[in-house]
Amino acid sequence: MTSLLTCRNLTKSFGAKKAIDNISLDIGRGKIVGLLGPNGSGKTTFIKLCNNLLTPTHGELLIGGHRPGVETKKIVSYLPERTYLNDWMKVSQIIDFFKDFYEDFNTEKAYDMLKRFNIDPTDKLKTMSKGTKEKVQLILVMSREAELYLLDEPIGGVDPAARDFILETIISNYNENASIIISTHLISDIEKVLDEVVFIKDGQIVLSKTVDEIRDESGKSVDALFREVFKC
Amino acid sequence: MPWDLKPDRPIYPQLIEAIELKICSGVYPPGSKLKSVRDLAQEAAVNPNTMQRALAKLEEDGLIYTHRTSGRFVTEDANMVKQLRNKIAKEEINQLFQKMKILGFEKKEILDLISIMLEESDNK
Repeated sequence: MTSLLTCRNLTKSFGAKKAIDNISLDIGRGKIVGLLGPNGSGKTTFIKLCNNLLTPTHGELLIGGHRPGVETKKIVSYLPERTYLNDWMKVSQIIDFFKDFYEDFNTEKAYDMLKRFNIDPTDKLKTMSKGTKEKVQLILVMSREAELYLLDEPIGGVDPAARDFILETIISNYNENASIIISTHLISDIEKVLDEVVFIKDGQIVLSKTVDEIRDESGKSVDALFREVFKC
Repeated sequence: MPWDLKPDRPIYPQLIEAIELKICSGVYPPGSKLKSVRDLAQEAAVNPNTMQRALAKLEEDGLIYTHRTSGRFVTEDANMVKQLRNKIAKEEINQLFQKMKILGFEKKEILDLISIMLEESDNK
């Protein structure tokens, strides 16, 4: 089986600082992967490299066999850490926008999820709380029938009940041809949903295993192991 | 019956145990149809691949079976469920024994205490 995402000796430097330092990684299809690391470890840099928002200094990164660019944007659905949507727009207008932009956008699915989250499609983004805005963004991203979903901190700003709901959304949207990469430091909330975890620290991969391997070998939760590995 | 998953043990065996318990306690009666992998994964809030693996193991053990077109079902073999029920009960009692041993109880004392407590709970 060919992997969906491959990187070889991927490095991204900002001046003398290596934000991503010689990472090699393969992610297959049908996986939910946690990209875990403390603040400043390189999670967002990695995700930006995958989206062609940054270009590698060295090494190679392929998604579905292509370097990040127009071709990969068709198959990658990206949730950035910050919102880029116009806040004067109504949710329904943004949905139309997405429908125009992405061939794989499933409008029905988007409205269905809005309903489940009790979000009124005629509301303008600027009238919404931070958490509700985040939910809208996640709904838009998950409503694409993409092959790779890159979610940068999808659960950071929402309350625990909404967090559960977001995780449910992720599980219910699971399909065996697509993979989801979730970057976060809120591990205990999501570890049961993950196949694999990748710990990154100072731009390097320090551990890459399945959740059950970690629990089996260490007798600890991924969250507990994380606290140990990244102890300040 | 909630999916009570502990954070310090692998999820896969815990899912197997949870489903076994649901079968033995009649939450999933013999011959009944199971929900889809996705629905079960959602209910337990776990990864669908992990749920899939757990179901595959239970199928291998013969406790559930797949009907080619209509999904997964609990075995109709009542004897098998009974055996599993006994196995789970023995494991629970074994754990109790181990704790009682740590507390320094003798066999006779354990039995007496259990009898007294059973009577008390009957009278309630």
